[in-house]
Amino acid sequence: MDTTTIVAVASIICAGVTTAFGTMGPSFAEGKAVATALSALAQQPDASATITRTLFVGLAMIESCAIYCFVLSMILIFANPFWNHFLQAAGK
Amino acid sequence: MHLSPDAMIFWRYGFIKLNGTIVFTWAVMILLTVGAALITRRLSTDLVRARWQNFIEIVVTGMVKQIEEVGLPHPEKYLGFLGTLFLFVATAALCTVFPGYSPPTGSLSTTAALALSVLVAVPLFGIQEQGWGGYLKSYIKPTVIMLPFNIISEISRTLALAVRLFGNMMSGAMIIAILLTITPFLFPIIMTALGLLTGMVQAYIFSILAAVYIAAAVRTRTRKPELKPAPKT
Repeated sequence: MDTTTIVAVASIICAGVTTAFGTMGPSFAEGKAVATALSALAQQPDASATITRTLFVGLAMIESCAIYCFVLSMILIFANPFWNHFLQAAGK
Repeated sequence: MHLSPDAMIFWRYGFIKLNGTIVFTWAVMILLTVGAALITRRLSTDLVRARWQNFIEIVVTGMVKQIEEVGLPHPEKYLGFLGTLFLFVATAALCTVFPGYSPPTGSLSTTAALALSVLVAVPLFGIQEQGWGGYLKSYIKPTVIMLPFNIISEISRTLALAVRLFGNMMSGAMIIAILLTITPFLFPIIMTALGLLTGMVQAYIFSILAAVYIAAAVRTRTRKPELKPAPKT
């Protein structure tokens, strides 16, 4: 395998692994957060406004971790800097 | 397939080029400004109101209430900044119902600009509220050791704000583009509807997070006297 093939294979595999593991943790965390918020809502329906707002902000915080992984894998597939570098090197 | 509207170039003259991000940002700006000017041209103060005036009042009072609930004492002071952020991000997401449009918030440059404006606005409001000394002292609040961590958190949350909005908007557009090649008719419509919901949630979260950051910068001094009645909540 030449260098560009290695870079391509590594990028594609890493993109898949990044999204797979990067969505696993946040999805567990989001499930736990929503479950806790639901039980809190069942216990104190009066505080629903505060609980919902805090839940949304917290979910956004958790989800941003998954988004980072998604952005990273998108960069690996569509805008890979190493790939472009080796393509340029091959062009010269 | 475009990663962002930066890649759509409408007009180019040497170094200057008009890409999709700029054009769609201008379109959203024109829509917001002209819409607001048209609606507020004939405001009525009695009980009979125009439909659009009711709509605008609902939006503005809703934003004021949300800002107040975050813990900012005078919401009108922050309404200009936070409300603009919310309205821009929400309109940029809602306009995806128009064909040919791609949200300017799907470009990292737009979201980075929005996040940088939050980064600048937080110290400004903090200094305005508690003076230079009081605000700068909040960086060494528990101990002096926390100074670098406070600065790092200031920068990292700006990065998080930018990348979160960008990632959500970009992923929505990209999923629709991928689905268009696989299942052309029904699925993209459903995903567009889901994208509208995601856009509204992201607009809410972006402005709420900015409000929380401003509240954290503003509140440090005024919290001390409130310590007594706090435990009842």
